[in-house]
Amino acid sequence: MADIQTYSHDAGWKHTVLRGLLYLILILFAAYYLFPLIVMISTSLKSLDEIREGSLISLPRVVTFDAWNYAWNEACVGVECTGIKIYFWNSVKMAIPAVLISTFLGAINGYALTKWRFKGANIVFALLLFGCFIPFQVVLLPMSQVLGKLGLASSTAGLVMVHVVYGLCFTTLFFRNYYVSIPDELVKAATIDGAGFFTIFWRIILPISTPIIVVSVIWQFTQIWNDFLFGASFASGANAPMTVALNNIVNTTTGVKQYNVDMAAALLTGLPTLLVYVLAGKYFVRGLTAGSVKG
Amino acid sequence: MGASQSTESNLTASIQRHLSKIVVAPSFAASLFFVYGFILWTGYMAFSKSRMLPVWDWAGLRQYERLWQMERWHVAIENLLIFGGLFIVTSLIIGCLLAVLLDQRIRAEGALRTIFLYPMALSFIVTGTVWKWLLNPGLGLESMMHDLGWTSFKFDWLVNSDMAIYTVVIAAVWQASGFVMAMFLAALRGVDQDIIRAAYMDGASLPRIYFGIIIPSIRPVFLSAIVVLAHLAVKSFDLVIALTGGGPGYSSDLPATFMYTMAFQRNQLGVGAASAMMMLATVMAIIVPYLYSELRGGKKNG
Repeated sequence: MADIQTYSHDAGWKHTVLRGLLYLILILFAAYYLFPLIVMISTSLKSLDEIREGSLISLPRVVTFDAWNYAWNEACVGVECTGIKIYFWNSVKMAIPAVLISTFLGAINGYALTKWRFKGANIVFALLLFGCFIPFQVVLLPMSQVLGKLGLASSTAGLVMVHVVYGLCFTTLFFRNYYVSIPDELVKAATIDGAGFFTIFWRIILPISTPIIVVSVIWQFTQIWNDFLFGASFASGANAPMTVALNNIVNTTTGVKQYNVDMAAALLTGLPTLLVYVLAGKYFVRGLTAGSVKG
Repeated sequence: MGASQSTESNLTASIQRHLSKIVVAPSFAASLFFVYGFILWTGYMAFSKSRMLPVWDWAGLRQYERLWQMERWHVAIENLLIFGGLFIVTSLIIGCLLAVLLDQRIRAEGALRTIFLYPMALSFIVTGTVWKWLLNPGLGLESMMHDLGWTSFKFDWLVNSDMAIYTVVIAAVWQASGFVMAMFLAALRGVDQDIIRAAYMDGASLPRIYFGIIIPSIRPVFLSAIVVLAHLAVKSFDLVIALTGGGPGYSSDLPATFMYTMAFQRNQLGVGAASAMMMLATVMAIIVPYLYSELRGGKKNG
């Protein structure tokens, strides 16, 4: 940290002006980042007439939740007008098993790769790691054929499988980097006491893994909930996840454009991950940096 | 009896010994098949005559030739260069600036950090939906400026085929710059305080301390941020789909949307596969040298 207060040759009014300027710039940036969210919320609470008459920034004169209600219960996704609630639950049904399975597999892989090293463990890890960085376009065509052959095309189970397979590399990376920093003596001492591979994993390793489990669950949940490419490629119709449904609602060209419904649907899509971010922001950031750069 | 018992315990012992490998094997097998196998599969498809259905007839470089003859692919590549360049540079500047400003003992630092970073928690589809509404010439920013009395204000980039790709840059920078800020802020907090103090004692001004000492010392973070942003740029798909749909026409297509259109809408599997392989090559060219140096550096540190 290097700051004006400590490292400034300027005294008195010049310092005060600089400070004021600093806060002004930061507040302007905060406004820039918040602007879309505020517009989104206020638009979703307006009636369609008020949107046409009023301005983008004007707050709703009459607050109404009609658009939220309509988006949840009645909005048309394609030809079906059942609201986005079924797609919301599709996303829930997809995300929960995929997050749990990929996190568990990541934990046990990370444990095996660091605490029970075998010849070639590093190569195995490097090969797994590579999967984090491939552009997924390169697997789309074979995957759609494989899903078809397995009878999992356009199903939630198929999407769970896809997310587990490609989430595995990230979760293994998280747990491997975490377990590397845990002293090997812990495992050695337990081995001498006669504990085996799984006993040590359940009794010793998992109980001290809470922080990295949180990071992994948050990272995977955000990735899977926010995914659009796999959802759009492999799940159509009534099995589509929330992001695909939102895009369908917004890009439907027939009828009167209901901007308030679009905004309510967008907020409903963003709500779960925003909630996670607000409640566990620290872990979210740790996941971001660990997922993109080596931990 | 004794013999069978000992083979049994031998077996248990050998399972115990190899348990670690057995546990990793399914994940390893899955990644061999779903990552490496699929890459080969797509790679082969790019050399086949596949159009509407995958066929295995060898066509040599025919699909790549067709790809590079397509006007639309050239638009996508050019857009990637424009988008990637502007997105990386602008996100770096904003992210670095915000990190330095936040590093000045700011009162509400935690709250500001949360505000700057929250877009990263949202799906690109959500982000695209919002910006599509904001940039809508009839109802968004343009009409807001008209209402405020600036009637000559014109902002129709979203529906202007020359400018549509720049609206993608605007939304993408909004989404990712907070993340760059978080990376830089973490690095700034790790800079050695003694060096800064020494420079200050020598009479260096604050800007000189930043430009002369601090920013050069966090150079590795610049590299990491550039790699991450470049990687994001090549993979960008959702945002374009939600914001412009690649349009007007195909003027804001990126390689990722091009591939999707060819593979799933135009029945040009071979061309789609070839474009996916080009994307893979681009990402590899960025990631492999970076990972190599990172992993080697990691070994050096312990």
